[in-house]
Amino acid sequence: MPEKIIESCNIKRLEILDEKGNLDESLMPPLSDEQIKKMYELLALSRAFDQRALNLQREGRLGTYASILGQEASQIGSAFALEKSDWIFPSFREMGVYITMGYPLHMTYQYWSGDERGVKCPDNLNIFPVCVPVGTQIPHAVGAAMGVKYKKDKKAVIAYFGDGGTSEGDFHEGMNFAGVFKLPVVFICQNNHWAISVPREKQTASKTFAQKAFAYGFEGIQVDGNDIFAVYKATKEAVDKARNGDGPTFIECFTYRMSDHTTADDAIRYRPKEEVEAWKAKDPILRVKLFMEKKGLWSEKYQKEIDEKSKATLDEAVKMEEKIERPSPKDMFEFTYEKMTQRQMRQIKEL
Amino acid sequence: MVQAINLALKEEMRRDKNVVLLGEDVGKDGGVFRISEGLIDEFGAERIMDTPLAESVIAGAAIGMALYGLKPVAEIQFMGFIYPAFDQIFSHASRIRSRSRGRFTCPIVVRTPYGAGIKAPELHSESTEAFFCHMPGIKVVVPSSPYNAKGLLIASIRDPDPVIFLEASRLYRSIKEEVPEGEYSIPLGKARIVQEGKAVTILAWGAMLHRTLQTIEDIDAEVIDLMTLSPLDEETILKSVKKTGRVVIVHEAAKTCGFGAELSATIAEDAMLHLKAPIMRVTGFDVVMPLPKLEDFYIPTAARIKKAIDEVMKY
Repeated sequence: MPEKIIESCNIKRLEILDEKGNLDESLMPPLSDEQIKKMYELLALSRAFDQRALNLQREGRLGTYASILGQEASQIGSAFALEKSDWIFPSFREMGVYITMGYPLHMTYQYWSGDERGVKCPDNLNIFPVCVPVGTQIPHAVGAAMGVKYKKDKKAVIAYFGDGGTSEGDFHEGMNFAGVFKLPVVFICQNNHWAISVPREKQTASKTFAQKAFAYGFEGIQVDGNDIFAVYKATKEAVDKARNGDGPTFIECFTYRMSDHTTADDAIRYRPKEEVEAWKAKDPILRVKLFMEKKGLWSEKYQKEIDEKSKATLDEAVKMEEKIERPSPKDMFEFTYEKMTQRQMRQIKEL
Repeated sequence: MVQAINLALKEEMRRDKNVVLLGEDVGKDGGVFRISEGLIDEFGAERIMDTPLAESVIAGAAIGMALYGLKPVAEIQFMGFIYPAFDQIFSHASRIRSRSRGRFTCPIVVRTPYGAGIKAPELHSESTEAFFCHMPGIKVVVPSSPYNAKGLLIASIRDPDPVIFLEASRLYRSIKEEVPEGEYSIPLGKARIVQEGKAVTILAWGAMLHRTLQTIEDIDAEVIDLMTLSPLDEETILKSVKKTGRVVIVHEAAKTCGFGAELSATIAEDAMLHLKAPIMRVTGFDVVMPLPKLEDFYIPTAARIKKAIDEVMKY
C-alpha cells in the first residue's frame, strides 16, 4: 500500500496596514472615519495610560505593573470588535482591552496600586479580574463558553494570553475542550516574542502559534498584531462565527513587547537592543497616524487635542484613585465565603 | 450510598435547570462507580457532559460555567487524579469571590471518591482532604452514610461557595440505609453526634466513622461524625471535649499535617484545661500509600483504635 497524505495544514497571515501607513483596500473591514478616529484615540489613550502607570510606579504610587507598550493594536483592535455583553478573560497585560471596553480607568490604577477593589468589574461589563497564573484563565473562558452554549445565548467569550501561555497544560486542555464541544470562544494569543527572558523560539518548535489550533480541530490564523485593522477584522469574524454557533477560533497576534516584562524586570539582561530597535519601526500607532494623514483624518491640531484629552482623562483617573481610602483591614474577611465562618468571626477581632 | 448520591443529583437537576454534570465517563457509562447511572437518559448529553481526560480543565471549565450562572457538579474520577486540578481549585475557585469583591462567585461542587479499602491500583486510595481544608474559600464535605450523603450533596449544590465533596469509595456499596425520596438537606458546617457518651470523645469522618463504631461497643464514648471538615463545627467538638476530657481522632490520611493535627490544635487552644489525658491520633502512617496487599496494615485498624482509647482511659 502506498503511503498517502491524509491531512495537511495551511496557515494564513493577515496584514492590511503596513508600517508606512499603506492600506490593502481589498482587505479593509468596513470602518467609518469616526470609528477609525475612535480607534486612534484609544491607541493614544492606552499608550498615555501605560506611560503614566510606569511613571506612577517609579514614584512609588503604583505597585509592580505590566506594560502593554507595543501591543496596543493587538488589544484595542480585538476589543473593538466585542460587545459589552461578551465575556472577557484577560491575563495580566491587557490594559488596552479594559480601556477599550470602557472599564473605569481609576479602578485599573487602583488595582495596580494593590487594592483588589479595582478589579471588581462594573455590572455592565463582563471582564474577569486580572489573572496572574499564566494560562489558567483559558479553562474559565472555555467553561463560560459552555455556559453560553448551554443557555443558547448569542455571546462570544474571549480568552487573552501570550506566547508563554501556550506552553501551559491549561492551554492544551482548554483548546481541546473548545474543539471537542465546538464552543463559542475566541483565543487571542498575543505573541509578543518574550515570556520574561524566554524567547519565542524556546517557547515552541512550531513555525507559528496559529497552527496549534489545527491540531485541536479548528481554525487558527496569524495576524500582524501591530496592524489594528487586521486584528479587528480577524476578531470580528471570529466573534461573529462564535455567536453563530460555528465554534472556536485561535488568533495569533504577531507583535512585540517593547517594554520590560514588568516594572520588576530589566530586559537589557537578556535581549539584544537591535531587536527592540527594529520593532520600533513597526510601531502600531505610528502607522495608523500615517494612514490617517493620507486620508486627511489627521493633523497636528487633532493630535494636540487628543493628547490633551488623554492627559486630562488620566489626570482625573489618578486624582480619583488617590482619593480612595485604603480598604478597611476587615475587608479581607468579607469575601472569602458568602457568610463569614465562626472561626473568621473570632479572627477578625484580632485585627 | 451510590443510589443516594444518584438520587440527590437527579432531584437537584429536576429542580434547577442550571445544575449540570461534567467529568470523565459520567455520561453513557454512568461514571466508573455508576454514580450518574441513567442520568444521561433523563437529562441528555447537554447536561451530563462526558469530557476529554483533563482534570485541570474539568475544574477550570466548571469554574467558568459557575461564573456564567450555572451550577456545575464536576466529577474527578479518583481523588488521586485531582492534583492537576489543584491549581484551578486553589488559584481560582477558592478566591474568585474575594478577587472580584463579590462580583463573581464560584458555586461549584467537585465530587471525588477517596480512601482505601477497594483493592485498587496506585493513587486510587489516598485520603488527602487536609490539602483542601488549608484553602480559605473552599468547603470540604465528607459524608459517611447514604442518608447524609444525599442531604449533604443537596446542600453542597445549593451552597454559594465551592465545595469539595469527598465520597469514601469503600462506603459506596457497603453501607445500606433507607433514604427518603424528595428534598432534604443537611447544613454544611455542622457535625453530628452519632452516639452520646461521657468517657471519651472520638472524632471521625467518612469511612473511618464505621471502623470506629465497630470498635467501641463496650465503651461510653461520644462519637462525632464531622461531616464538614471546613468550615469546622468547633462548637460541637469543644462542647463534647469539655464534657469527656478525653479525645481520640481517627483518620485514614498520613499523620503529619493530617486534619487530626488541626483538630488537636483547636482542642489544645480552646479546651486544654478540660483535658484529662493527652489527645491521641489514630491515622495512616507517614508512608506512601501501599498497594492492596498491604493496605489493611495502613488503614487504622480496630486494634489500633482500641489501643488509643485504652491509653486515654488510663488517665
